[in-house]
Amino acid sequence: MTEEPADRLTRKRARTAWVFLAPMLVVLALVAAWPLLRTIWLGLTDANLLRLDQSKWIGLDNFTGKYGLLHDKVWWHAVKNTLWFTFLTVTIETTLGMVIALVLTKTFPGRALVRAAVLVPWAIPTVVSAKMWSWMLNDQFGIINHALLSLGVIDSPKAWTADPSLLMTSVVIVDVWKTTPFMALLILAALQMLPTECYEAARIDGVHPIKVFFKVTLPLIRPALMVAMIFRALDAIRIFDLIYVLTGTRESTMTMSIYARQQLIEFQQVGYGSAASTLLFFIVALLTVIYVVVGRVKLGGD
Amino acid sequence: MPALTVRSVVRKVLFYALVLAIVGFAVFPFYYAILSSLKTGSELFSVDYFPVKWNFGNYVGVFRDNPFATNLWNSLIVAVVTVAVSLFLGVTAAYALARIRFRGRGLLLMTILGVSMFPQIAVLSGMYQLIRALGLYNNLGALVLSYMIFTLPFTVWVLTTFMRELPKELEEAAILDGASPWVIVTRVFMPLMGPALVTTGLLAFIAAWNEFLFALTFTLTNEERTVPVGIALMSGASAHELPWGNIMAASVIVTLPLVLLVLIFQRRIVSGLTAGAVKG
Amino acid sequence: MANPKPSADPSVCISLAGVGKHYGKTKVLEDINLEIKTDEFCVFVGPSGCGKSTLLRMIAGLESITSGDLFIDGKRMNEVEPSQRGIAMVFQSYALYPHMTVYDNMAFGLKLNKLPKTEADKRIREAARMLKIEPLLERLPKELSGGQRQRVAIGRAITRHAKIFLFDEPLSNLDAALRVSMRGELSRLRKQLQTTMVYVTHDQVEAMTMADRLVVLHAGHIEQVGSPLEVYHRPRTLFAAGFLGSPRMNFLRGEVASTSAAGVTIKLADGTTVDAKVSSDGVTVGQKVTVGVRPEHMRITTGTGPRQATVQLVEDLGDHSIMHLESAASEDRLLAKVESAPAGEGDKVTFELPPEECHVFDAGERALPRLDRGA
Repeated sequence: MTEEPADRLTRKRARTAWVFLAPMLVVLALVAAWPLLRTIWLGLTDANLLRLDQSKWIGLDNFTGKYGLLHDKVWWHAVKNTLWFTFLTVTIETTLGMVIALVLTKTFPGRALVRAAVLVPWAIPTVVSAKMWSWMLNDQFGIINHALLSLGVIDSPKAWTADPSLLMTSVVIVDVWKTTPFMALLILAALQMLPTECYEAARIDGVHPIKVFFKVTLPLIRPALMVAMIFRALDAIRIFDLIYVLTGTRESTMTMSIYARQQLIEFQQVGYGSAASTLLFFIVALLTVIYVVVGRVKLGGD
Repeated sequence: MPALTVRSVVRKVLFYALVLAIVGFAVFPFYYAILSSLKTGSELFSVDYFPVKWNFGNYVGVFRDNPFATNLWNSLIVAVVTVAVSLFLGVTAAYALARIRFRGRGLLLMTILGVSMFPQIAVLSGMYQLIRALGLYNNLGALVLSYMIFTLPFTVWVLTTFMRELPKELEEAAILDGASPWVIVTRVFMPLMGPALVTTGLLAFIAAWNEFLFALTFTLTNEERTVPVGIALMSGASAHELPWGNIMAASVIVTLPLVLLVLIFQRRIVSGLTAGAVKG
Repeated sequence: MANPKPSADPSVCISLAGVGKHYGKTKVLEDINLEIKTDEFCVFVGPSGCGKSTLLRMIAGLESITSGDLFIDGKRMNEVEPSQRGIAMVFQSYALYPHMTVYDNMAFGLKLNKLPKTEADKRIREAARMLKIEPLLERLPKELSGGQRQRVAIGRAITRHAKIFLFDEPLSNLDAALRVSMRGELSRLRKQLQTTMVYVTHDQVEAMTMADRLVVLHAGHIEQVGSPLEVYHRPRTLFAAGFLGSPRMNFLRGEVASTSAAGVTIKLADGTTVDAKVSSDGVTVGQKVTVGVRPEHMRITTGTGPRQATVQLVEDLGDHSIMHLESAASEDRLLAKVESAPAGEGDKVTFELPPEECHVFDAGERALPRLDRGA
């Protein structure tokens, strides 16, 4: 016999494993696998919310056809918005998160309170955050306009949630406020895993702290930092809640998710909307693969 | 030992100024929301940085003018049931993934994690059809079911990581005592997994409580709406006038317990979050 | 080669026939043939990695048997569930359920087997009495010391009223003093319980003092099976000879110079010869062999003699001394165990290798049979 005897004990154990996995897998298949496949399939039809059972197969028409996504200006605007939003938020949040994390590595009286305070934005439900900031950014009664006016930074109240040129800024500010704590925590965890000998050696050598940061700290946490940034980017690309509540379906901040939902629910274009969703999925999937590869390579490479 | 030089004093002042700025930036919006919630009527039209008078009218108004109590109740039910179901499915799956070697185990774990990367919108249409087919439209059950898509991946992941650490000899002693896998999971392992269960339970609770898109899409009437949707849809007398006082009051009501929860369990939550991301 | 199913011989409790274990290409155990007698205290001893724990766990059913058969009381047990084999096991790390009291720890298995509460309670209190842990019954494991935890682990095994007790290095996690006292306790228990016991250890003192029979394992094979004194005085392989005895047996390489009915004469590296009272059957002149002499059998004098050595170091342990000797007879240092050292560092001494205490091993590391003491 050339094959390894798969003895009864091992086989029995494997069977038990699958029995235990079954409930979770069934639910996951129901909730993730099937709907995803269904969405992809719907994207290849002309399905309409009002007459779902009369959908016809139209192949890649939703994508490449005359009225398909690739020719839709609004779609491309949404793509651009999403990518720009992602870029802005990830870079700002990483930078600010780094600053906060560095502050939190130092021991000072009240550090625990500061850490707790920093967690507050993360704890607040997204919708509530959006509403709170909507109120603060209100053009007539908002405190932001009031403060900026009294400081002389602006000369007239700005319509933060209405003026198309300001919408992206508003949205980025709120997201930065909400998500920087998360980045700060991830970076803090990475910083705390660093060996302290490097710092002590640098201090003895009398190296300036800023130099220490760029030449010692940053390279050492680069792998974890990359992972955190990609993680964050994947979240940003999928964003819906915050922007929808803050600016609705305004085109200048419409993200791919909002575009897809608008098509699906408001315009009842289930086929078209599903096609947009599918595209978004594949973009995220591609980036996830990069995430896995980068994560593995970094961990194996050093 | 360090000399009290001008430079070191300036450095300290700058540092604490930075700390203050960070804390202020983080906490101010919430503080302002509380402030605004205590103002009624025309008081809202003036901007104040500090509380002038305390008026709880908005807190009454929130419940009077909106089905807010129903929203809160719905959110609570959905969150609690979601946590219970997630933990049950998570613990059983974690046992298989953490304690039994079988072919395809690694790949399966990666796939489950991969599900957490799905854009919610990508499953929306499919999910919608499923919900209708199961007769769960405009029913809280639809929410509990759909929330599994984001609670299961990290629940399974964190519980698996935790279960891996439990000593093998403990399991073997139980096997020799005649314990079936189910007994091992429930009577031997679960009592030892308190911290992990609390962490994943909390994260699942917060995620369910927070969720907006599915709640918005799968519920139709006010009786079934959850808090995020309730707050987002709060409208005033006219189409363009939002009842900011009520909205701020609602925000505070919803946020205060969450903030307290998070502050009490911050260590647990932080370790649960970072376990997935940083360690990859 | 299938071994015939052994008859239900009541004196044999556990029987291993051609048992082996391998993971893919790695062979952990090979061709283990062993019969453990009923009520015997059998010790598996060997260096780490030799497979002794794996063998124990295969008997328990915690590891699968890749080849060969395991019989308990004449019945084939390869596929039988661990809890159905009539065994109880004591683990190295005690494996007590941390969230249960001592009482519940001991009751757990009994409850699962649906033993009536009164009977279970009786057994638990009986075991607690035997192990003197009655005052600890309501405590949690984390409140107990290492020695107490070990007793609870043993107590848990006792309540099962099993026919076979398996011990997986139970004393390794205890400190030296505790180990000595627990050894005595286990021996006492053994007399009280009268069951078959299989005990795994890497500590030769435990092996020598507690075993009825020793099974010396090395790299997945059985080197020798026998009573402790038998293995000590008549080791069958070089490994077994070197494993038991502290300090280790001295090994000197040599060549067979001549043979006779009275023994074999071997020429050593320094040119001297030594007569060994071993059988000369199959021995050829010029054959390469290894001579083994235990440190306590080395005779050291300050006079002159053919075998010379220089004292490198003397370790004085109070009741005896160990002399480290450098000589041309061997590349390695020779160790001699004496009551008091006749010479000091740097001095020259003469050492003698008594013929009746010489062990001879051939190129295959097998011992040549001794001529005296009934071989």
